[in-house]
Amino acid sequence: MSGSNGTTINVTLKVWRQAGPDAPGGFEVHQQAISTDASFLEMLDQLNEQLNDDGNEPVAFESDCREGICGTCGVMINGRAHGPQKATATCQLHMREFRDGDEITIEPFRAAGFPVVRDLAVDRSPLDAIIESGGYISVNAGAASDANLTPVPKAAADTAFDAAACIGCGACVAACPNSAAQLFTSAKIGHLGLLPQGQAERWSRTEAMVETMEEFFGSCTNHGECSEACPKEISLDFIAFMNRDYLKAKVKNRSLAGQR
Amino acid sequence: MDKNGILDNKVPAGSLADKWENHKFSMKLVNPNNKRKFDVIVVGTGLAGASAAATLGELGYRVKAFTFHDSPRRAHSIAAQGGINAAKNYPNDGDSVHRLFYDTVKGGDYRSREANVHRLAEVSVNIIDQATAQGVPFARDYGGLLDNRSFGGAQVSRTFYARGQTGQQLLIGAYSALMRQVAAGSVELHTRSEMLDVVKKDGRACGIVVRDLISGEVTPHSAHAVVLATGGYGNVYFLSTNAMMCNVTAAWRAHKQGAFFANPCYTQIHPTCIPTSDDFQSKLTLMSESLRNDGRIWVPTAFDDARAAADIPEDERDYYLERKYPAFGNLVPRDVASRNAKTVCDEGRGVGPLKNGVFLDFGAAIARDGHAAIAAKYGNLFDMYQRITGENPYEQPMRIYPAIHYTMGGLWVDYHLMTTVPGLYSIGEANFSDHGANRLGASALMQGLADGYFVLPYTIGDDLADLLGSPAVPTDDPVFTAAVAGVEDEANRWLSINGTRSVDHFHRELGRIVWDRIGMARNKAGLEKALTEIPALKEEFHRDVRVLGSADTLNQSLEKAGRVADFFELAELMARDALEREESCGGHFREEHQTPEGEAQRDDENFAHVAAWEWHGGDTPQTRHREELTFDNVALSQRSYK
Ligand code: SF4
Ligand code: FES
Repeated sequence: MSGSNGTTINVTLKVWRQAGPDAPGGFEVHQQAISTDASFLEMLDQLNEQLNDDGNEPVAFESDCREGICGTCGVMINGRAHGPQKATATCQLHMREFRDGDEITIEPFRAAGFPVVRDLAVDRSPLDAIIESGGYISVNAGAASDANLTPVPKAAADTAFDAAACIGCGACVAACPNSAAQLFTSAKIGHLGLLPQGQAERWSRTEAMVETMEEFFGSCTNHGECSEACPKEISLDFIAFMNRDYLKAKVKNRSLAGQR
Repeated sequence: MDKNGILDNKVPAGSLADKWENHKFSMKLVNPNNKRKFDVIVVGTGLAGASAAATLGELGYRVKAFTFHDSPRRAHSIAAQGGINAAKNYPNDGDSVHRLFYDTVKGGDYRSREANVHRLAEVSVNIIDQATAQGVPFARDYGGLLDNRSFGGAQVSRTFYARGQTGQQLLIGAYSALMRQVAAGSVELHTRSEMLDVVKKDGRACGIVVRDLISGEVTPHSAHAVVLATGGYGNVYFLSTNAMMCNVTAAWRAHKQGAFFANPCYTQIHPTCIPTSDDFQSKLTLMSESLRNDGRIWVPTAFDDARAAADIPEDERDYYLERKYPAFGNLVPRDVASRNAKTVCDEGRGVGPLKNGVFLDFGAAIARDGHAAIAAKYGNLFDMYQRITGENPYEQPMRIYPAIHYTMGGLWVDYHLMTTVPGLYSIGEANFSDHGANRLGASALMQGLADGYFVLPYTIGDDLADLLGSPAVPTDDPVFTAAVAGVEDEANRWLSINGTRSVDHFHRELGRIVWDRIGMARNKAGLEKALTEIPALKEEFHRDVRVLGSADTLNQSLEKAGRVADFFELAELMARDALEREESCGGHFREEHQTPEGEAQRDDENFAHVAAWEWHGGDTPQTRHREELTFDNVALSQRSYK
């Protein structure tokens, strides 16, 4: 590779191949020489180029922004969702994190709620179902009052932002031994529940989202693996916030219903 | 279009400031109970598409929204960092709708339509209200009110922002509004569904054909109107800051169905991106241009100087922007900064292992303000840079180089955002409107949301009102069956070529040609070369591409093959458009047309018009139509940054 900054390392890739959701899957082994300047996904691009040249179908994997913001990418790398680097989505990981001779196991996100679509691509649509059940503030276009009418204490705005930074990648679910989606769900409940604009629907939202989450995902037993794997370092505190609000919601929603 | 081929933009009469308000009153309305009798298709769920689909759903239309992503929250709008402009004048620093209008027309180098830009400035304030009500966590001051900053050389602070993730937060806002309508049953959402054709009946758009990216199934969908919100075409360059899957396919297929494609040569280069590091680079990463507020840009004075930055003494450094533009220095506009970086690299003074960058040096700023102050301002960006390059920008200068970042050209639309195909609309980056030949920073998010929340939902009713009582064309109509068969044939054609090289291989080669010939600076000879090189490579692509696998499963090479085929056709049109536009303006710089100081030289007498191209089939070149631009409210002037 002419003039590149990095050195070239040789790695052994064990890549999960699976033709479809119901097809049996298994590992395929490939040797790959790669510049340490390349990103992890560029390494997979090169593998695919080689496979295609050799007449073999490329490995299906998903990515889009390759900047750690869209949440499209995500694989298990040596058993860890998004790989070894902290606060880093798969697309931001670079090969300089690996050493010559390393063996790298690459699998799809593993979770009951995320069926494999093909090879390394999974179906994360249950995350959208959780948002659909209440992850919004009900305000039609044109119905909003002046933005500065409601001051929001800076601390609340900042904490809401910390939660809103979630990219919906699903790594938290993949990292959880129970395939629970508490971190993702609580990030949205925290984001909206901390803002004055989100108060009107706070209790109905929490109840609906938590219960939709439970339809698709396992239960939380406080392992904390989710936050470890999260590329945006969403805090476990939001899960505590959600749990508190859920208990309160159960009471509040009932009394509200009683008033009807 | 009149008999001279001049396009009618349908801009209403009246004074600029009152046009939109008056027009909203004079447009036909669809009464609330009748709205549910209309089907509207929205393709794309970025800022423009998600906001349009949500708003149309709120109004009561029956909406079908399509995205080729696995979730509507992934669209490339999400990657916008800087902010969103709005004429709120909260800082009380003299901003106004008129000033935002004026800055946008001027920034667009007088190649945009005054009436559209004024409307954009008017609704900008509503966007901020809407987004705030949705829970978008914009930055706030200690009093809890919204904070603003000045951006991209604007002389007022009108940019609202959410850390460096404004696009993400606004998209999540639009996405949640969309999901609310999905829950309400007014929007039917189709994910992993790629639009591959627009269907017309009796000259009017009546639906689309879509391929399910998982099952490969090709299905027809009919509606009373179709809205394309499918983004820009920067990936024609292969390497750009666009997300990997951004493409021109939806817009291009609409073009082939009769929608004129306007100003394809207007492309925007962003000066502060990380240079490529090797031949397998898949995309480029942009770093906020706010870095230029504190970083000093330089290259070695000597050619082929291979010393480390620290070993190059002060008097052997060329701070070329500060030298050439003493008034603006490192803060000259994007295009000027970009072209100057190209010049010094072409001279052989580029830095880095591939000599393909210039230094952006924070040494002086760190010495002046301290490490902590710089880290507080730019910490995220420095971390990102280090993650990608492995170099520590606190210790050695960053290396930057320009990259393609936004495309101002796109489907031609009238004041109602309708294309030249009746019933077919285009919004957001996919259309050509509002930014002229150059987009100002923090204006992309504004335009996408203006179109989706506040413009299209009104204008579409005026057209639909006439269709009351006529049902949508049934999907078993021959126009649909033929279109479905065409899309299926296309997939099978790619799979049967069985050539030797991958789709990516051809895309990368195409990108090299487009970047070299239709990139930051263009000239006649280069553009003419492009017009022989592109067709030659295209022919090879159609003969020798290798797409493996089958059409009835997730097949990413197959998806890309169709997109790259469209890029080939677009690239040719870009070259022709650039060749015909014998002037320099905004992002289009023709080397033959520059002032003695090397600045862009417009030709207002002959080119104060939009070029809109009409497709005539693959074998006949497109014809060029014009929309004349008149400037009644701003005086045309020449930019100068000396
Ligand atoms: S909480 Fe973190 S890991 Fe989970 S979806 Fe959001 S960003 Fe991904
Ligand atoms: S590809 Fe967008 S987050 Fe990784």
